[in-house]
Amino acid sequence: MDFTLTDEQLMFADTARTLLGDTCTPDHWHKMMERGTAFDAARWGQIVDNGFTLLMLPEAVGGMGLAELDLALIAIEAGYVALPEPLLESAGVGTPMLAGLAPDHPALGDPSAIFAVAPAINPVVANADIATAILIEKNGRAFLATPDQVALTPSETIDPLRRLFRIEWDETNAADLGPADWGMALDRAALFAAAQGLGLAQRSVDLAVAYSKDRMQFGKPIGSYQAVKHHLASAQTAIEFARPVVMAAAAGIGHADVHSRARVSHAKIVALEAAEKAARASIQVHGAMGYSWEVDVHLFLKRTLALKAAWGTPTFHRNRIATRVFSQPIGADQTFARENEHA
Amino acid sequence: MNLTYTPEQNAFRAEVRSWLAAHVPKGKLEHFDASREGFEAHRAWEATLKSGDWGMVTWPREYGGRGLDLIQWLIFEEEYYRAGAPGRVNQNGIFLLGPTLMEFGTHEQKQRFLPPMASGEEIWAQAWSEPQAGSDLAGVRATAVLEGDEYVLNGHKIWSSRAAFADWAFGLFRAPGSERHKDMSLIFFRLDQEGVTRNPIRKINGHAGFAEIFLDNVRVPAFNRLGDEGQGWHICMATAGFERGLMLRSPARFQEAAAALAALWQNRKDQCDPGLEAEVVRAHMNAEAYALNIYQTASRLIAGAKIGAEASTNKIFWSEMDIHLHETALAILGAEAELLPPTGEHEWLDDYIFSLAGPIYAGSNEIQRNIIAERMLGLPR
Repeated sequence: MDFTLTDEQLMFADTARTLLGDTCTPDHWHKMMERGTAFDAARWGQIVDNGFTLLMLPEAVGGMGLAELDLALIAIEAGYVALPEPLLESAGVGTPMLAGLAPDHPALGDPSAIFAVAPAINPVVANADIATAILIEKNGRAFLATPDQVALTPSETIDPLRRLFRIEWDETNAADLGPADWGMALDRAALFAAAQGLGLAQRSVDLAVAYSKDRMQFGKPIGSYQAVKHHLASAQTAIEFARPVVMAAAAGIGHADVHSRARVSHAKIVALEAAEKAARASIQVHGAMGYSWEVDVHLFLKRTLALKAAWGTPTFHRNRIATRVFSQPIGADQTFARENEHA
Repeated sequence: MNLTYTPEQNAFRAEVRSWLAAHVPKGKLEHFDASREGFEAHRAWEATLKSGDWGMVTWPREYGGRGLDLIQWLIFEEEYYRAGAPGRVNQNGIFLLGPTLMEFGTHEQKQRFLPPMASGEEIWAQAWSEPQAGSDLAGVRATAVLEGDEYVLNGHKIWSSRAAFADWAFGLFRAPGSERHKDMSLIFFRLDQEGVTRNPIRKINGHAGFAEIFLDNVRVPAFNRLGDEGQGWHICMATAGFERGLMLRSPARFQEAAAALAALWQNRKDQCDPGLEAEVVRAHMNAEAYALNIYQTASRLIAGAKIGAEASTNKIFWSEMDIHLHETALAILGAEAELLPPTGEHEWLDDYIFSLAGPIYAGSNEIQRNIIAERMLGLPR
């Protein structure tokens, strides 16, 4: 029983923090919003150069063969900068799915390839237009199509750094890859949404902390007032109790049982709740500035709202936890229990 | 990260489980705050625990412990709550003063005080708060004056849990004329000694669980001072860290309560608002999140880290989770919630009332939020 991360994992997270912190600054967000784009080819190139897209690709197919936990640590950093590029859905969901179904697919040999994912549970597909290929769910099977084989209609979203599409497609114009593990795809996507939620939450708190140290009212920084402190302390507490759930969900996801699914769902609910709580506290602490486009907090609220509902709503995920609570033993000795073992 | 128990850890769990199955009293003991009889019944249970060498499993053997690590402690706690074993009447000693003594005490003090603490022979109360010093503990006025090799203690302490029946108290005193955080010392005194008057105070649930203590020229050996003279505030803050953090509220207690809540829901859901199921699931989630957080902390401590201001987030989380859990139970019970349950049934109402103390003791949650904001987030004082 050991809950600590390895030096290698911490180093990866550090590399991601530096890379994304340098290449995805407020300045970058503002320029992308001015241009109306949600993809920066230069930044994607650096992400690819650092090997992040190969993390979960099996070694036999030329990848690094690492696990969800390793990528979740990078997802936290992606959340912290509200990363627009589709690193998590592509490298964390699409890539391992395609590698499982069609390990010889030539696109897997291109580390800069983007795989969009269209599960039945989501009404829209993120980044479908810039994808190398789109994985589409139908009747438990996976179909693969290129963007020009399908009809994509852009859907406006509140998140200015996110691109969504409705998709119309036909089986005759897509490759049938056979029955696919869409349950694992959902677990992975939910896990990485949760990990991004931790980063989003921390950034909202950090923005509010910085502002409340500078902003003077009644002759003092507003951060010295307890009413302001308590908003942010509550948000930080929510983060502290979401993080270990996300870590445990990442470490256990491979079991693919009722326990691991419930923990992923738990992680998604509480991490995005923490992110919403933090974003709203941050908006409140920023006052009227927080309700404006001038301050960047809105980006973190909007990404939070998007991730909260994508890949299963909170109600969907709560029902998965209810299944675990009401169908399996619970209690003090069951924290790390598995479906097929009984303590 | 490896979230599976080793074979040794599983064997340890089995050992704890079988010992508890053979020794936990069948009937529920009267609460240790309810009467002298209840208190002494719990002291007898502590002696039974000690007879199996389970008094304080994480302490070194030479001080009455078993020398186990924090993961083993968590396993022990899980089995302890799972078995429905009695509450720990000496929690002020074993969970608060004990770890503090371990860090600040001399070898002689540890030898003198820790073994009878681990065995329940000496049961401890905390004597910090005063009528004018609650959240602002640095406002303590009780004094300690060194005369030869003795301290003379004077003052008025209040809200001292267990003090109505306990044997010893650890109090916060200051040098006369000193101010705020300076010149304070942590000193032990016997509650039955000359010059000490204790008046029980009835708690919100009717129990005489805490007391006010008057000290009138109480003489204790200088040996009873923990740490250096004037180091009292620093030591108190370390103790408060233990109180808020890992030790006092182990996750098992909340996980077992959440499991009991799920069972209550299963039995009564036909008569309830279906929306309450979400709260039952939430109670389980909270208890699991707390457990995972504590396992994470235990792993970090084993790897050599120290507990910091994040102990304050623990205190907020467990106290608020406890209230939510019991609120949910009362909502499920509906119009029967106000009824006192027959003996042997789960005491949801009593536990709900007790949960309301959570955000107050061990430093109010308002103070904890200040600590988080100032020490974790770096906001100005």
